[in-house]
Amino acid sequence: MANVLVVAELLEGKARKTTLCAVNAAKQIAEGTGGSFDILSIGEGAGAAAGELAGYGAGKVLKAEIAGGYTCEKYAATVAEAGKGYDVLVACASAYGKDLLPRVAAKLGAGVASDISAVHVDGGKLSYTRPMYAGNMFGTVEILTDKQVVTVRQSEFEPAAASGGESPSEDIAVQSDPAADKVEFLGVEVVKSERPDLGDAEIVVSGGRALKSADNFTNVIEPLVDALGAAMGASRAACDAGYVAPELQVGQTGKVVAPKLYLAIGISGAIQHLAGMKGSKTIVAINKDKEAPIAQVADYFLVADLFDTVPALTEAVKKL
Amino acid sequence: MKILVSIKRVADPDNASKLKVSSDGTAVTSEGLEWKMNPFDDWSLEAALRLTENAAEKNARVGEVVLVSIGPNDEHTQRIIREGLAKGAERGILVESDDGNLDAGVVSAVLKAVVEKENPDLVVMGKQAADGDSNVAGTELAEKLNWPVINSAMRITTADDGKTLEVRRELDTGVATVKVTGPAVITTSDRILQPDSVQNGVTPEGHEYAKLEVGGRYASLKGIMQAKKKPIDQMSLADLGVDTAKSLNYTKYELPPARSGQTTFVEDVTDLVDKLHNSAKVI
Repeated sequence: MANVLVVAELLEGKARKTTLCAVNAAKQIAEGTGGSFDILSIGEGAGAAAGELAGYGAGKVLKAEIAGGYTCEKYAATVAEAGKGYDVLVACASAYGKDLLPRVAAKLGAGVASDISAVHVDGGKLSYTRPMYAGNMFGTVEILTDKQVVTVRQSEFEPAAASGGESPSEDIAVQSDPAADKVEFLGVEVVKSERPDLGDAEIVVSGGRALKSADNFTNVIEPLVDALGAAMGASRAACDAGYVAPELQVGQTGKVVAPKLYLAIGISGAIQHLAGMKGSKTIVAINKDKEAPIAQVADYFLVADLFDTVPALTEAVKKL
Repeated sequence: MKILVSIKRVADPDNASKLKVSSDGTAVTSEGLEWKMNPFDDWSLEAALRLTENAAEKNARVGEVVLVSIGPNDEHTQRIIREGLAKGAERGILVESDDGNLDAGVVSAVLKAVVEKENPDLVVMGKQAADGDSNVAGTELAEKLNWPVINSAMRITTADDGKTLEVRRELDTGVATVKVTGPAVITTSDRILQPDSVQNGVTPEGHEYAKLEVGGRYASLKGIMQAKKKPIDQMSLADLGVDTAKSLNYTKYELPPARSGQTTFVEDVTDLVDKLHNSAKVI
């Protein structure tokens, strides 16, 4: 029987959808082992977010209000203290989860299964599948320590649906940590976008080096993105060149996405990029070079110059 | 400033699709693949070198970079350490261990023991290894040392030789800026290779490094010659007295399922839209 604590991820006082992906995994662990799960709402606005998180069937929602910007040093001691009462701690393998949970695990002496794609329960015993080697290998791993820490790949765990009811909530004390005094949070530039989140969009349109400039992203890619109601992504080369912001990078580093439709425009398809998108249901490549490695994963390939093709595609999509 | 940089050897990440699974399914075999320096560590080494040099004076060294690699004591691990020494690092340490005896918990314990011997001002390391893709060891190391950690650093600025650093780090939703008081662990993002990613207070402000496309700098011929004479200390896990109990056990490996179906080459935009709308039904 495994009792599970989900560590919520808040952004501006609201739970990110990544939290619900972690809830899904927590439910699988709890149901598979006959245990239960709780949620820890932590950060600025934890109280309000706890209300939002009360409708997902958790035994209770713990609240720890911590003002100011996030650093893992400020949160980890509180999460670890709360985690002492649980067998498994779960968060999404977002930048936040990958930053915070290993620090918590080290405090608890727990092993970490990072970025898992599946949960298995066999005779009450837990194991996890996780992609390795840029998605070229899947390993099944057991955690040998008393406590287990798990981060889950967003694209492999649907957000949990609201289950009705209202979990009771409980305030917990914020723990101090000397390491937290060593890091001063100066600020964050949050990118606002009306578009869907890259992490859970149904359609993703990504551009690569062949776009040649930030202006071309704006003038060529963005109209197609918006015509499809899609999220915009990019290859590492396009992010490095400053055509788009780094958080749009899809790949081994950056985001892993698995939308129903992924369009790779002017992206050759380095193995590190394929790692971030080859789980997509339908993949379209638009590229001048039909030998480009993106062909290994593309369902549809249009060999063409993107500057001629993409505006025409945008117009055709608008007419649907 | 003294910086410890951990470097791991990994099976050639650009050919990871050629990896195989052993017949009993319990091991990954990388036969035929060259061992390479983990690219994430290569980027961290680049950041560490920039922090400890004057780029305007032919990269004159003004600090010390010590490399540490944990792995089999063989020609491949040694070659990778030499490669880092040839790029400019001062010394190497090879902690001998079979790959099978390592996980993030053991690696962070080993690195903690090395830090306690070496007393660096900073540890700069890859945020992940291209084989395990875990993103765990750096943060665990920081916690075990009671040090702060800054993950996914894209820009590092220090004016006081690394005692305090202003770091920009990548998030899912933007970029955060933090001021950290060392000693600290820093893991680096792809953007640490940008021409202006490091300001160390020695290299004149506004200096721009040459654009690096994929990895860190190449070794010069002179660097390669000098590296042959630089020391590599060798030690065992027992020498360091670390707890070698693993916290993870991999029971099975499998290749990912192949994507079903062939690539359909479409004629033009009309054909593409027709296929996506009427066959795949995704738009």
